[in-house]
Amino acid sequence: MAQQPTVKEVLFNPVFNNNPIALQILGICSALAVTSNLKTALVMAIALTLVTAFSNLFISLIRAQIPGSIRMIVQMVIIASLVIVVDQLLRAFAFSLAKQLSVFVGLIITNCIVMGRAEAFAMQNPPMLSFWDGIGNGLGYSAMLVALGIVRELFGAGKLLGIEILPLIKDGGWYLPNGLLLLPPSAFFLIGLFIWGLRTWKKTQVEPATFRMAPQVSNKEAY
Amino acid sequence: MSSKKESTARTLLVALTVSLVASVFVAGSAVALKPVQVENRLLDKQRSILAIAGLGDDLSSAQVKELFNSRIKAHVIDLKTGEYNTSLDPVTFDPLKASKDPKQSAALAGAEDLALIKRREQFTTVYMVEQDGKMESLILPIRGYGLWSTLHGFLAIKPDFNTVVGLGFYQHAETPGLGGEVDNPKWKSLWPGKTLFDDAGKPIVKIVKGGVDPASPDAGHQVDALAGATLTSNGVDRLLQFWLGEQGFGPFLAKLRQQGA
Repeated sequence: MAQQPTVKEVLFNPVFNNNPIALQILGICSALAVTSNLKTALVMAIALTLVTAFSNLFISLIRAQIPGSIRMIVQMVIIASLVIVVDQLLRAFAFSLAKQLSVFVGLIITNCIVMGRAEAFAMQNPPMLSFWDGIGNGLGYSAMLVALGIVRELFGAGKLLGIEILPLIKDGGWYLPNGLLLLPPSAFFLIGLFIWGLRTWKKTQVEPATFRMAPQVSNKEAY
Repeated sequence: MSSKKESTARTLLVALTVSLVASVFVAGSAVALKPVQVENRLLDKQRSILAIAGLGDDLSSAQVKELFNSRIKAHVIDLKTGEYNTSLDPVTFDPLKASKDPKQSAALAGAEDLALIKRREQFTTVYMVEQDGKMESLILPIRGYGLWSTLHGFLAIKPDFNTVVGLGFYQHAETPGLGGEVDNPKWKSLWPGKTLFDDAGKPIVKIVKGGVDPASPDAGHQVDALAGATLTSNGVDRLLQFWLGEQGFGPFLAKLRQQGA
């Protein structure tokens, strides 16, 4: 078995070195859906971080007891329960936000990051370390969501957290907002750009090409 | 891995224990948080009533409570006769719950059930915005099926019982970006000023596809459909036909018109 990672590693590696969205390409669906403004992105980030951390903690606590044949189902039960609790809390204390996030809180259950960390990390590592790993991956997800939320809300609506930053032309200002940024596809372009930036900065994240085009050797066209 | 851990009995035991603990956890949180959630939902409903009546958006909870208590009066009415019902308390009476109770509701037959709500309650709660004892607008609860979900909302009308003050839905689960655009302020702003009934008192308000021709004589009771959301638009259209018709608030509005005249 490889040497156990330190708390610092599990906490901060996922932010830039092993970002769940930018490197593992997980959790894209919710990253597209909830980042049209910073507020929902923040709440979603917090919700996912808490669910990942606590599901990792509980799964790791009982990892020695879980039979291999039903381990996925057991993980799902724990994750699903946590998601329901988070959803209930949001409905109780942040009703209007809960309405905006609608199905996406419930869909944390199917977010690959949570399940992925449970299966890949919490099943093999002690509880506290797993908890920090959950927080760390949540932070990685949050970093990406917050970055997306800032760009999309600022340039799509001229606001941040609902406070006007760039005065819009229609309100007598000078900024013409880019409406595309408020639509989900824009997050695809932004995530792509972020990945490009990240891989230019950290060259080790560049994946080797899976195949190489062979030069054409015959003088006939390929049919 | 030991074989003991993988045995059938052990697997069942773990599955059972995890499920039990998880269900206690979930049920506990649901029960403990219920009162706060109910309060929130009530506040949300009151807030949307105030917004539809044009009394203000983005109000704080305290403002909502104060405005609602000072300006709005709730009445329970009998949908069939159109009479006020004084024995039921509008604060505690829940029309939605009543619509599921066979004793307080009636099943709707296929052709009558325009809004696809299956059962209609006998009594419901309407709200009146009042200023110095005079009614400024009347707010009717409406609901009906769209594409995926039942849309719950309110329709506010002027004391002529014909002109729309506002229309809005406080609860639905239509496709965000398409049917979900029923919440779009731009679309909602198309409604005020439209008229609901023809001279004979029949509901003629209609949601039309392809844009309303402002020159047409019917433009006064036509509203643009939502782009890309035919079924949601049809749903809103049908639920208006239903709630404004004989099965809905028809008798109640007829009574009010008589009293007003």
